Amino acid sequence: MMSLASSLHREAVLSVRQLNVRFGGQQILENIHLDLFREQVLTLIGPNGSGKSTLVKTLVGAVKPTSGSVTIAPNQRIGYVPQRLHLDPTLPMTVQRFINLPRRHSRQEVDSALEDAGAETLRQANMSELSGGQFQRVLLARALLVKPDILILDEATQGLDHQGTAAFYRHIDSVRRTYGCAVLMVSHDLHVVMQTSDHVLCLNRCVCCQGKPEHVASTQDYRSLFGDQAAQTLTLYRHQPQETAHAG
Amino acid sequence: MLDDFIWRAMLAGILVAMAAAPLGCFVVWRRMAYFGDATAHAAILGVALALLMNISIFLGVLAVALLMATSVSLLSGRGYAMDTLLGVMAHSALAIGLVAVSFLSGVRIDLHAYLFGDILAVGKQDLWVIGGGVALVLLLLCWRWPFLLAATLSEELAYASGIQPRREQLVLTLALALVVAVALKVVGVLLIAALLIIPAATARPFCRTPENMALIAMGVAMLSVAGGLKSAYLLDTPTGPTIVSLAALLFMLSTLISQGWRFVRQRFALEPERFPMR
Repeated sequence: MMSLASSLHREAVLSVRQLNVRFGGQQILENIHLDLFREQVLTLIGPNGSGKSTLVKTLVGAVKPTSGSVTIAPNQRIGYVPQRLHLDPTLPMTVQRFINLPRRHSRQEVDSALEDAGAETLRQANMSELSGGQFQRVLLARALLVKPDILILDEATQGLDHQGTAAFYRHIDSVRRTYGCAVLMVSHDLHVVMQTSDHVLCLNRCVCCQGKPEHVASTQDYRSLFGDQAAQTLTLYRHQPQETAHAG
Repeated sequence: MLDDFIWRAMLAGILVAMAAAPLGCFVVWRRMAYFGDATAHAAILGVALALLMNISIFLGVLAVALLMATSVSLLSGRGYAMDTLLGVMAHSALAIGLVAVSFLSGVRIDLHAYLFGDILAVGKQDLWVIGGGVALVLLLLCWRWPFLLAATLSEELAYASGIQPRREQLVLTLALALVVAVALKVVGVLLIAALLIIPAATARPFCRTPENMALIAMGVAMLSVAGGLKSAYLLDTPTGPTIVSLAALLFMLSTLISQGWRFVRQRFALEPERFPMR
């Protein structure tokens, strides 16, 4: 079951043990067991309402587990990119001010984070003027400012078109190399999952299957959740020659 | 100078404006306008209780405003929509307060002064209380500013940065109760919310950062208080309502200017390219 990524770095930077989350009488997450290793890219997939977002929120501390534990290795900084954020239009906010919240950073740090996220031209812009893709890149830049060891993304490309999504994941991939950080992301884009992940975890309240992408795609659980069509998509993409995004 | 009631009134009003305006920005950003209203309306109950128990009115109002604000925070999200809950609580508190006041036989109480303020009756001791309350609110806001902002932007991001949004909410609640208690004398319970919201709304079109907005709102609020006081003196009108009327006038002016500017920009295609689009 614990067939882990090809990664040589066996040091877990984030571990989840026997995690249960209940809201009211409803069990959202059940007995989750998860390890994220240094420099690994782990992707959470699962149908709507399967608890992906709740799991991510639990990892960043926005949801308290009913039982079980989330352990982050000492001195590991977390950068968090949420799902699309709604900003109230009554709150005036420039990109520069936004990414300096709550802690201020030097101009140099801000510039380099914006550049790494592909948002270097946006420093002076108003948050309300940004397009969907620009907004996500600014959120990424904000996450990079803490110099993260672990980057957590919750469906960061929701609402972006194909090109925007591809561009965003290219940035993630280059960021991962520059910062040497582990990445844990929630994604709906199965082909991206295939190209970029070391390890895939399929969630449906509990962990229904996990492993290397092609392994997950071949399981019965995966097929019953996403259908045969999706399984074929996954395998297809896996066999494409230009696997630039996939770091072995 | 402080022996002159007009100068005492001016100082009191400007002090209150300095605290109310930046707090009012949070009230606007977090969409808690009604929340401010409810807290202010509950103040009349505080007045009645203070007179009944023979304690300082400031303390009575502060206690009831705090109780109101915290109970609203706790009750929200438990079955009723926030605006329903606040509508029930704001007007009930006002009504119960008015009924309670009527039981105060033997005490002569000028209800009008509590409903609409009595800024011209501000004494030296009131000034100390107001000054202390305002200083406390400003200190709280300065100390928590970036965290309050982060919690206002997004609870989720705040948690991820190690901030407890609930605690920041509590800071705002506390500051709100303090402002209500000190503003009671200046504009009265019915108009406190106006002093919170109108300057912030007036400032909004002219700023790009939250700090900017808080400072401009502060200027607008101080101008409203000073100008309102002067106009009330000249026109012999009630001071609290005059102050709020002037603030409303400034709001209309701000809206006209910003909408007019937008129209001109669109009409003549003057949209400045503030940043190159990728």
